[in-house]
Amino acid sequence: MIKLTVNGKKRLFKGAPFTRLIDALREDFALTGTKEGCGEGECGACTVLLDGEPVNSCLVPVCQADGRKVETVESLGVPEKLSKLQAGFLACGGAQCGICTPGMLMTAHAHLKSGGKADDASVRTALSGNLCRCTGYQDIVKSVIKAAKGGRK
Amino acid sequence: MRGDAKSMTVLSPRTAAEAVKTYAEVPSALPFAGGTDVMVGWNLGQMNGRAVLDLSRVAEWKKIRVVGDGIDLGSLVTHAQIQAHPVLRKRFPLLVAACATVGAAQIQNRGTIGGNIANASPAGDTFPALAVYEATVRAIGPNGRRGVPISEIFAGVKKTTLRPGELIEAVFLPFPDETPTRGIFRKVGTRAAQAISKTVFAGLVWNGKGGVLTGARLAFGSMAPTVRRLYAVEEYLRGRRLNEISISAAAELLPNDVSPIDDIRSTREYRLTVSRNILTAFLKGELK
Repeated sequence: MIKLTVNGKKRLFKGAPFTRLIDALREDFALTGTKEGCGEGECGACTVLLDGEPVNSCLVPVCQADGRKVETVESLGVPEKLSKLQAGFLACGGAQCGICTPGMLMTAHAHLKSGGKADDASVRTALSGNLCRCTGYQDIVKSVIKAAKGGRK
Repeated sequence: MRGDAKSMTVLSPRTAAEAVKTYAEVPSALPFAGGTDVMVGWNLGQMNGRAVLDLSRVAEWKKIRVVGDGIDLGSLVTHAQIQAHPVLRKRFPLLVAACATVGAAQIQNRGTIGGNIANASPAGDTFPALAVYEATVRAIGPNGRRGVPISEIFAGVKKTTLRPGELIEAVFLPFPDETPTRGIFRKVGTRAAQAISKTVFAGLVWNGKGGVLTGARLAFGSMAPTVRRLYAVEEYLRGRRLNEISISAAAELLPNDVSPIDDIRSTREYRLTVSRNILTAFLKGELK
């Protein structure tokens, strides 16, 4: 039996220990905000935070999350009350088709929370493991910078 | 076919001794650390029915220890941890730079130095840096521990010289006797992040009096089945002054130590030309 904390809640996972974390989240815990893109660690769509650090949940067996904290996009905000980052994406057009967005949000969230800089170069480096095939990245970077600056006012 | 977790067994040793013992009992088990490469195969169903030796709970292998004559990197130390360590940043900057080019944050947070070596990809980005720092890989197995020089750990594409039952416990980086005058790490891939290298270089040089080179350590990855030190170039340069003639002669010696191929990522010709350019620019002091 695997015990983990998901979005602040203690959870038990009773399935096979080598189940991928993304499958445990989506299918066992019904947290379908995390999306699967490539399934091989290239695109970053499935990014969640493991003990605060961004990881590709398609490359993590759930047994390695035992005793650890997982945060998914559901931990950020709800439609009625968006997080600053989500509001930034909405304001700047940071999302188009939306598949990459949960991963973008989680990677950006980890970057800003760990004290990462909100300048163009730092945000681009932080998000370099998250691919987007719609927006061309400009508006995503703007969204993150806007959210970070908004937060300091 | 997708991976089937139900068909697999996970073994979870808590200590080094337990890991070695468990591996001896189930020699068919696949040692597993950060999983950044292995899981790609899992997703394709390649690990169905197998046993996995999950090493991630072996706490003693997660530490970076500064000892008298160098730094001991536990095999489970991640690429992110290496980049954040102040002494590694100061004394082994080429390894730090290499770790920053592996995948992106998500991969660097999971991929481990021991896993990188055990995986033995010809394109392993940390290997040229480990080669010029003359790292020693420490293996632990049923017959105890032994040190394997980085130049002897790789046997070929995806093959190491680890013996049956052996696991990588640590990587030891000796402090150089003298601080190198210059050093550079350079990776060439299709794009800056998330790319596998077409060629990857690490170089250190030591200048003596009167501009004579007292030593050089140079290495390329992705240019042969395993990482290669440029012994012929190093030997030629030792005791010479760097100038147009010596640098161009040195660059001509490059094919003595590498044998690049045409593959999905690049061609032999491109790899040779770009590598020669990198080597030349480094020796001329043009790379920052």
